Amino acid sequence: MTEVSVTKDAVPTADDLVVLKNVNKHFGALHVLQDIDLTIARGEVVVVIGPSGSGKSTLCRAINRLESIESGSITIDGKPLPEEGKALARLRADVGMVFQSFNLFAHKTVLENVMLGQLKVRKADKKAAEDKARALLDRVGVAAQADKYPAQLSGGQQQRVAIARALAMDPKVMLFDEPTSALDPEMINEVLEVMQQLARDGMTMVVVTHEMGFARSAANRVVFMADGRIVEEAVPDQFFSNPRSDRAKDFLSKILHH
Amino acid sequence: MFDFLEGYNLWEAFWTTVQLTVLSALGSLIWGTLLAAMRVGPVPLMRGFGTAYVNIVRNIPLTVIILFTSLGLNQTFGATLGSSQIESTNFRLAVLGFIAYTSAFVCEALRSGINTVPVGQAEAARALGLNFTQVLTLVVLPQAFRSVVGPLANVLIALTKNTTVAAAIGVAEAALLMKEMIENEAQLVLISAVFAFGFVCLTLPTGLILGWVSKKVAVKR
Repeated sequence: MTEVSVTKDAVPTADDLVVLKNVNKHFGALHVLQDIDLTIARGEVVVVIGPSGSGKSTLCRAINRLESIESGSITIDGKPLPEEGKALARLRADVGMVFQSFNLFAHKTVLENVMLGQLKVRKADKKAAEDKARALLDRVGVAAQADKYPAQLSGGQQQRVAIARALAMDPKVMLFDEPTSALDPEMINEVLEVMQQLARDGMTMVVVTHEMGFARSAANRVVFMADGRIVEEAVPDQFFSNPRSDRAKDFLSKILHH
Repeated sequence: MFDFLEGYNLWEAFWTTVQLTVLSALGSLIWGTLLAAMRVGPVPLMRGFGTAYVNIVRNIPLTVIILFTSLGLNQTFGATLGSSQIESTNFRLAVLGFIAYTSAFVCEALRSGINTVPVGQAEAARALGLNFTQVLTLVVLPQAFRSVVGPLANVLIALTKNTTVAAAIGVAEAALLMKEMIENEAQLVLISAVFAFGFVCLTLPTGLILGWVSKKVAVKR
């Protein structure tokens, strides 16, 4: 019985969008990713949580190769992650990324930020790109800021623009690397609401976060990492109410009871 | 008091200085940017070339480079740079020499500007699917240039004064005229003062204007 299910797991189905197999990476002597196996299905929202230095950001960044890996394989939509060059750029265009520090292009207006990828990577024409950019900015609630520069916006607004910028590429999957960690507490919700909406719309999402409320309400699955390993994977309800591993129990006891 | 100026065409001499400066500045801006792109690029061979070029060229005295363009390129290898007259050949050789020399400094100023652009800017650009050249030309370099207008103004001012070295290969710019006047007139101090004043008139506005531009285009973060 067990063997049957193992074999079944090993065969990628058409619905598996992101597949990590046996991924390893070191930062010097530190083994930040240890034998990571993770499969993310189309339309699934996976929230990665864990203590600082557990490798969750590195995992997220490895999926579009902002961090290289030493061994193992990562495939996206059936295609292995290319090492470099044009093929890698093409793949990255299909993988949206939202950073902790927003990283909006500081010398371009909000509108230009959202148009850049469409114009230069998707080769869209200017009118279409602008219309789409304005629609997306409207969707994330910052349409009124279109002609300002990033430095003139609040953190929450900047992060919502960053989400719009990633969405403008029509990504197959969105990666969120601690999207609310650099925000003032009052701005966290406006960003989380946009992400909730995305999740409801069926976007495939990998979210590294410390927002347990978001994990509970939006995630299909919680992945708990510690010391470079995936320690536990479960649906949110089960993970938060009845964690199996001691490491997860310890982590949750520290963050939930105060 | 300024009788000694009669019979000399100062305007023409300084105009040649301006031409030397502008052409060399444009050339070294282009070549220096390419060198900087090579030095931050992913191709080891190009990185090596950029590094070697900068470290060799900036450590050779400018006079040696300018003399080499004339004695080496022109007289030994017969390069005329598409000109049949010796005067314009020398002018072109001088511009070539200034570009070769100044671009090393432009490259290093620009590279320090690239280092002021947060890594996240390039990461965000790569994450959108832009290739290396696009990341550099659309995101990194525009921000790098804005942060090095001040240092580039220094390079431009140095270049303006460095053009006097072209006198060594007979280009009729300001310093050559000064030398001629000092030989013919008995007004050593006044002649020097006139030429010093001429150069200040060229470089002082350059510094002031570019200082203003530097503040104007600074990227707010």
